[in-house]
Amino acid sequence: MIGRQLIDKLSSGWMLVCTSLLLLLPLAIGTGLLAKSIPVLEHQSFFSLLSSAQWSPMEEKFGFYPFIISSVMVTVLSFAMAGPICLLAAIYLTQYARPVLLRIMHPVIDILAGIPSVVYGVWGILVIVPLVADYIAPLAGSQLTGYSILAGGIVLAVMCIPYMLNLLIEVFRNIPRELNEASLSLGATRWETIKFVLVRKGMTGIISAFGLGISKALGETIAVLMVVGNVVQVPGNLLEAGYPLPALIANNYGEMMSIPLYDSALMLSALVLFLIIFLFNSLSRYLIYKTELT
Amino acid sequence: MRNRKKTEEWFFRNLMSAVTYFIILILLLIIWVVFQKGIPALSWEMVSQTPKGGFYFGKDGGLLNAIVGSLYLASGAASLAWLISLPTALFMNVYLVRYKKFLTGIRFLLDVLWGIPSIVYGAFGFALMIFFNLQTSLLAGIITVSLLIAPIMIRAMDEVLKTIPMGLLETAYSLGSTRTETAFVIFFRQALPGFITAFLLAFGRGIGDTASVLFTAGFTDYIPENLSQPAATLPLSIFFQLGSPIPEVRERAYAAAVILTVLILIISLAARLLPRNFKRNVI
Repeated sequence: MIGRQLIDKLSSGWMLVCTSLLLLLPLAIGTGLLAKSIPVLEHQSFFSLLSSAQWSPMEEKFGFYPFIISSVMVTVLSFAMAGPICLLAAIYLTQYARPVLLRIMHPVIDILAGIPSVVYGVWGILVIVPLVADYIAPLAGSQLTGYSILAGGIVLAVMCIPYMLNLLIEVFRNIPRELNEASLSLGATRWETIKFVLVRKGMTGIISAFGLGISKALGETIAVLMVVGNVVQVPGNLLEAGYPLPALIANNYGEMMSIPLYDSALMLSALVLFLIIFLFNSLSRYLIYKTELT
Repeated sequence: MRNRKKTEEWFFRNLMSAVTYFIILILLLIIWVVFQKGIPALSWEMVSQTPKGGFYFGKDGGLLNAIVGSLYLASGAASLAWLISLPTALFMNVYLVRYKKFLTGIRFLLDVLWGIPSIVYGAFGFALMIFFNLQTSLLAGIITVSLLIAPIMIRAMDEVLKTIPMGLLETAYSLGSTRTETAFVIFFRQALPGFITAFLLAFGRGIGDTASVLFTAGFTDYIPENLSQPAATLPLSIFFQLGSPIPEVRERAYAAAVILTVLILIISLAARLLPRNFKRNVI
């Protein structure tokens, strides 16, 4: 009898420790990265780091501005492509299509979500980069390699589709059927019902699904790194090469230990990325939780 | 007026169905392109040999180091994550089940953690490595990847445990079982099929992740013999070979992408089919 009680005590303790460890993880990540980035913060102020466009680690000049702009451009572009596609597909799958299609769509979404990002990168190099170089760039009258913000945006858009689509399908599924029926019985067409009732009712859910898609896009590293060109500059248009923040971190891990403050600067960029995405994610999740409660 | 409405509906309906099929088409296109480019370069040598001298300049050898390294890393990380996730998920659903608000908070935090990009985990793993004076090694990679996949695993387990009726918990208590026994004997058996799915999902994520192992697991031509040696992984091997100026080496990267994709497809298929064999104890 005492043995059982003892085992219960011990294992309860173990379970509690595991749970607390996990809950402390965000704090640990934040502190760990902050501790590593303090040297560069002492060297240069935080705001001058973010707003300066000068990037020359050898001279201890670390300006994140070009990387931040590249990240924003790639993310906004990919969202502009994936957002409408996902919204339309989610409406179609939940409102119009036969249930069979939704059953086919679930494994499709699963597989798209499961494909490693490096494979998306390979696909981007094989398909998207030549497409941009041979067909899209000549339209704009430029002769470029195709490794560009645009290519990065397209690859990212495809990568975001499974996440956003999955969430949007859930959002539309959670809207009560009666709402649909009430609107239809008042003489609205199906499209009017969708436009005026369902989209409006699901607005918070839609916005938060988009928010999660955006934060996914913001942090994606390898696939974008492979197609975006990686030139340190403030890109003037979509066909120029860019250098997003995650790519900066991933690309320079090799030499960062040999140059003073370099590793600290990279850790700071990881910290910035972490904070932005954490906040963005929390906000979107908060909206989702709120919609599920009501 | 009537006509305009109908046209609008017709237009959007077709647009929406086109977009839906477009998504399916993209998936097929991605898989087709990767396979069509990679399969000609694939050979038995690629799968069965480690790199010989000059492999990255187009000489003999294969990718066995990366394949085995990836499997070591992913199974190590998934097992370690399982050790943290299982007690956490059970704790949430047996001990905390009455504290609804607190539970929602935990789920919220886990969902947010899920969204943190792997490069951030990679950088954090690097910071940890420096702190504990570790070298790039299989162990450092396993720890980093397990932190990355633990939130995914817990939420997947939690979704299964959530569906277990409260009555089962009450019955177990009323028969005199302790909370530990309720958690590890009764709830565990009920949720076992779901747990296996969760494990495989996390395993798949671990095998495909590049950014987090970039800093921590290192890269080597050899199969690691213990935890303190660096380990090669498939995604990194694809990544490095693609950067090569030699066309032959790039071809091999495409072949490696096929190997990785096939592994992922097998895992996701197993995650769908395997749990069916463990339904014996489920009521």
